[in-house]
Amino acid sequence: MLHIHHIAKTFNPGTITEKTALADVELHLAPGDFVTVIGGNGAGKSTMLNAVAGVFPIDRGSIEIGGVDVTNLPEYRRAQYLGRVFQDPMTGTAATMNIEENMALAMRRGQRRGLRWGISSMEREMYREQLSKLGLGLESRMQSKVGLLSGGQRQALTLLMATLRTPKLLLLDEHTAALDPKTADKVLSLSNQIIREQHPTTLMITHNMQDAIDYGNRLVMMHEGRVVVDVAGEEKKKLTRADLMGLFEKAAGEQLNSDKLLLS
Amino acid sequence: MEIVKLLNAMPSAVAQGLIWGLMAIGVYITYRVLEVSDLTVDGSIATGGAVAAVLIIGGWNVWSAMLAAFVVGMLTGLATGLFHTLCGIPAILSGILTQLALYSINLRILGNKANVALSVNKYDLLITSRNARTLGFENPTLILVLFTVALILVLYWFFGTELGCSLLATGANRSMARAQGINTNTNVVLGLMLSNGIVALAGALLAQFQGFADVSMGRGAIVIGLAAVIIGEVVFSRIFRNFGLKLLAVSIGAILYYMVIQVVLWLGLNTNDLKLLTALVVALFLATPHWRAQYLARKKKKEGV
Repeated sequence: MLHIHHIAKTFNPGTITEKTALADVELHLAPGDFVTVIGGNGAGKSTMLNAVAGVFPIDRGSIEIGGVDVTNLPEYRRAQYLGRVFQDPMTGTAATMNIEENMALAMRRGQRRGLRWGISSMEREMYREQLSKLGLGLESRMQSKVGLLSGGQRQALTLLMATLRTPKLLLLDEHTAALDPKTADKVLSLSNQIIREQHPTTLMITHNMQDAIDYGNRLVMMHEGRVVVDVAGEEKKKLTRADLMGLFEKAAGEQLNSDKLLLS
Repeated sequence: MEIVKLLNAMPSAVAQGLIWGLMAIGVYITYRVLEVSDLTVDGSIATGGAVAAVLIIGGWNVWSAMLAAFVVGMLTGLATGLFHTLCGIPAILSGILTQLALYSINLRILGNKANVALSVNKYDLLITSRNARTLGFENPTLILVLFTVALILVLYWFFGTELGCSLLATGANRSMARAQGINTNTNVVLGLMLSNGIVALAGALLAQFQGFADVSMGRGAIVIGLAAVIIGEVVFSRIFRNFGLKLLAVSIGAILYYMVIQVVLWLGLNTNDLKLLTALVVALFLATPHWRAQYLARKKKKEGV
């Protein structure tokens, strides 16, 4: 479903702030794969996700989603294949627009936007139903501006918007990192529930090793712009944190500072 | 200082406010909806006036001339939009470039003259300041109110459509808009075109109202537009939540602005000092939210200790 083929990205080349974020990433996802991605600060996790989403052009390599080479497609054209939830709860929604308007925008992802009315009463009912599944009471606040919602509510809404039409690829970029632990758990289990129902191919970045082990059918660890650990199936089910650190040390060839990994 | 003099000047001030209110609605689309500061308007309002005046003198029907002004205005917005998106020039500079270029273009349109007379005696105009105090269908205030209401209705409809909503999203959050498959560059260009089309239309009406088109009739237009937007928000933000009503607030803001101007002129202010006064008042309004935030932060800090 997703083929990341030897991609590389260096920011600010030729300047003192030059930073090679992706050295050489090779990663292939089968349809329905739910892959968790871990790695320390600057390992290239978010850069890889943003490269897939088309936020910036890559220097080398190619990216294919569902059989389509998207390497040269601008971000807004790739959006038709993608559902995205960001680390910052402010990024995924339009604060000055209300809940149903935000959902209507997501509903039309990948479609031509013409002079038809921006939201129909039929879809309003559908949104109400979907919102009630979140269990946050948002279904009775559909006319409220999203800017009035809490971070957790905004992330839950963004998640719902990302999966309103099942995307070919769901990209979750540390989407619970900015939330308090209780809310983070809730949003994470909500994500897991939606992924189980819809089976989109999913890439989920997390800074929490235990979450990376508990969720998904495959785990990928990145280090210095490369994929250094890739565990799937039965092997992943039996994985412990100690195993994971051992794997990392072997692959990266250096002592893993687990605090750095966990707290970053 | 006779009060009668002030009252006599008011009908004309209200009509002028309505015309600038239309222009300010154009400014609102860029400044508030798209969150882009577009300085094209100083040039495009004069372009609209020049195009309409020259075409009406050339024998065009007044409505066709105004439509042409609208279309040419959209082209000025297109120029700014392409400077910004295609050439990567910051929006504010793109607007300044177009505005400067338009000065030459406007002179060309006016036949290399600084101004062209458009007398209501010779041509069949839609509005004229001469009828500001007459009662009847030729009264410019009445016509302009109808015009404003019609424009607000059209814009209310447009920003309710899928395309219009995608424009709102582009202004609210570019990242989010792109993630939802919206071409934000196209939308910014479209918004600039729509805005400057409306501004040029206001210019066409202004040229008719004052009886001439002048190459510098747009000087400081952006500041007057901002003044109208801000006055409208200060007065009505608590009661007007609907998009259409917010546009109405802008129009009323412009009328209030021109009424206040009449009062300060009546109180004896030199006409030449008007722009200075306007700039200071707008600066004050723009600074207020910043000062308030600073004050609140400091207060919070003190309470925290």
